[in-house]
Amino acid sequence: MGIDWRAYQTNGFFDELIGDNAKPRAHGAELAKFFSDLSKEDLNQARAASDFAIKEMGITFTVYGEGKTIDRAWPFDVVPRIIQKSEWQSIEYGLKQRVKALNLFIDDLYHDQKIIKDGIFPKDLLTNSVNFRKQCVGISPPSQTWAHICGSDLVRDGQGKMYVLEDNLRVPSGVSYMLENRSVMKRVFPELFERMSVLPVTDYTSDLFDMLASMSPRPLDKPEVVVLTPGVFNSAYFEHCYLAREMGCELVEGRDLVVEKDDCVYMKTVSGLRRVDVIYRRIDDMFIDPEAFNPDSTLGVAGLMRAWSKGNVALVNAPGAGVADDKVVYAYVPEIIKYYLGEEPKIDNVPTYKCLDPKECDYVIKNIDQLVVKPANESGGYGLLIGPKSTKAEQEKTIAQIKADPRNWVAQPTLALSTVPTLAEGEMEGRHVDLRPFVLSSANDVKVTTGGLTRVAMVKGSLVVNSSQGGGSKDTWIVDEEDH
Amino acid sequence: MLSRVAETLYWMARYVERAENIARLVNINNMLLMDLPKGVSTGWEPLVDIIGVRKEYEETHSDFSEANCLRFFILGENNPSSILNSISYARENARTVRDVIPRGVWEGINSLYHYIKDNQNKGLSKRGRFEYLKKIIESTLLIFGALDATINHDQAYIFIRFGSIIERADMTTRILDVRSANLITSDTTERPFENIQWISVLRSISAYQMYRQQMGLRVQRADVLEFMLLSPVFPRSFLFCLQELKSLIQQIDNADSIIKLLDESADEIKNKDVRSLRNGALHDYIDELQIDLAQVHTALAEVYFLKTAEEINAE
Repeated sequence: MGIDWRAYQTNGFFDELIGDNAKPRAHGAELAKFFSDLSKEDLNQARAASDFAIKEMGITFTVYGEGKTIDRAWPFDVVPRIIQKSEWQSIEYGLKQRVKALNLFIDDLYHDQKIIKDGIFPKDLLTNSVNFRKQCVGISPPSQTWAHICGSDLVRDGQGKMYVLEDNLRVPSGVSYMLENRSVMKRVFPELFERMSVLPVTDYTSDLFDMLASMSPRPLDKPEVVVLTPGVFNSAYFEHCYLAREMGCELVEGRDLVVEKDDCVYMKTVSGLRRVDVIYRRIDDMFIDPEAFNPDSTLGVAGLMRAWSKGNVALVNAPGAGVADDKVVYAYVPEIIKYYLGEEPKIDNVPTYKCLDPKECDYVIKNIDQLVVKPANESGGYGLLIGPKSTKAEQEKTIAQIKADPRNWVAQPTLALSTVPTLAEGEMEGRHVDLRPFVLSSANDVKVTTGGLTRVAMVKGSLVVNSSQGGGSKDTWIVDEEDH
Repeated sequence: MLSRVAETLYWMARYVERAENIARLVNINNMLLMDLPKGVSTGWEPLVDIIGVRKEYEETHSDFSEANCLRFFILGENNPSSILNSISYARENARTVRDVIPRGVWEGINSLYHYIKDNQNKGLSKRGRFEYLKKIIESTLLIFGALDATINHDQAYIFIRFGSIIERADMTTRILDVRSANLITSDTTERPFENIQWISVLRSISAYQMYRQQMGLRVQRADVLEFMLLSPVFPRSFLFCLQELKSLIQQIDNADSIIKLLDESADEIKNKDVRSLRNGALHDYIDELQIDLAQVHTALAEVYFLKTAEEINAE
């Protein structure tokens, strides 16, 4: 016999598949039954098949500082994470609302700054923001869209309520793994797709291409769209390749591009120079143009900002969009939504203490062992302190950092993140998860991926899901199953 | 097509082709040694020269034992042309153009790389060797087959084919050069050994069967030279490769300088009496052919491969 769900421990957490009294949730009943019908051997085979598929397909990610090994197989768990379609539709609405407001906010910051004049958003925050780019002031990118691609991280707390944990507006990654996870699952458990009604995810790359093409400064039938990568040593290189290939566009490095005297961008081809219209850049702002930003950057293209500000090329996401994704700005997103859209946020923020406010800062320092403390501008889980799991010395170190630069720190209560059954040594054990859906914005249209990338902390009890810190992933299924 | 991508595809194909050629070479030598009496055998040493890695070999080895040589040819870390290194260079190149090559091709290169690494003990053992090398050769053919059948036959395809064929032509000349120089002389009674050695030369480039069809019954030096250098129909003959390179590069713009070099080299070899080349003269002549190939490569790089912004502005 296979998995006995009665023996499955939720340990007081909200489990996405198994509810009270070890009973599977209604929309997961079929999935739970499927796994309890599998033998141990079937499970091990499935696991081996998924490992093999990942190795053969070369699905990898890169970890910095591992010396010679630059790619690692992508850690993947074969038990999907499922979300009921009706719940998903409401999340989808909330995400669209959020990204629309954020785009209006960014555009406002680089133009009239009405939200500051109206006293909603403190001017100090902007002055001290490391992601505000003065080079972008007064520039109007096509359709006033700055954050064309947004990856927002969602988490569920102990009661099962969904929150937005953060928004990634610079160069969010992970979408290729979302797509590849599905193709691995189709190889491993084809029969499950017959038994359950799982919504497809494959539209993403064509939606992405359509959005990119719609940003072209030249009204062409087939504008030249390219993906700009820092190169093979970047941790997301696999994804850059994947997206370029799926969209049928060139994957370029900085050295493939040149800005000519006409302030247009060209790529160097075997038949000479060819004009580029849209650049989906996966290089951070500071490195895209040594003329405008970091002069030592060898990854970027000299003159790129010049070409962009003249409207000769579209950059996606727009430089400067990151101003809206630091963790202090995050705390203001509910106000931002109300201010620009006149609506209540559909998905709540996790309650956030801003160290900028002396009272809240005091609270954070006093309760540091209870809180998750985050620097405003780091991604990938770097610099994060998880209070209950930290040592006294680590807490002291973070407190010193907060005192030195309070604006750069926020804190949130430690969330009892939801769990999903995960195969560990042939048994099912709960592992904590989050969810990163991706939102595409163009002139008249905002689209959300069906589900997103579920990241899972593979280590028992761990709350850190970042792949750079030992996390893995699961396929995410939006299911159209009856609630009974 | 991006210049950088053209360059990468070209090298990717060269390395896959190289891995195939080395695997073939090792396999055939392995078979040949079983046919030769112990006293007369030249062992594995000639392969070090065919591959052109004597310096690297001698840095780390003091004898030419079978175990040392095999490990060096198949896995040798400091052998830039070992099968494993060739495939891992091919894989590294393929990784940077995964967006361009069909998925099946990447998967083919990737799984061949893992096969070579994971089954190395098989390759080093006497029993497993044949199967191991055969699997490598088959996998490379599968990769090229998948390329041929699934990639658009546009510029990308041309650079891939060009890389593969220039490598192939190079290997044909190397085998001819070293093998004929090391041939056990036939002034004794061991006549049959000369015959099987020439057969082995042909087999090293999979030419034996086609030779028989083309050249008749006996295997003799002059005929083998003619066949390997001049056959207009055998896909690994030097002349055939030149013609193939020309027909490929003609399809893209600005190839004049390369076409000119290929024409000159083809005219030269067609007018050469290759049948009568003796050992010293043969060696010198093959040197010339290899220089021709190197010039073709240089011209190709000058016209099509990636340049810096400064180089572009200077033009």
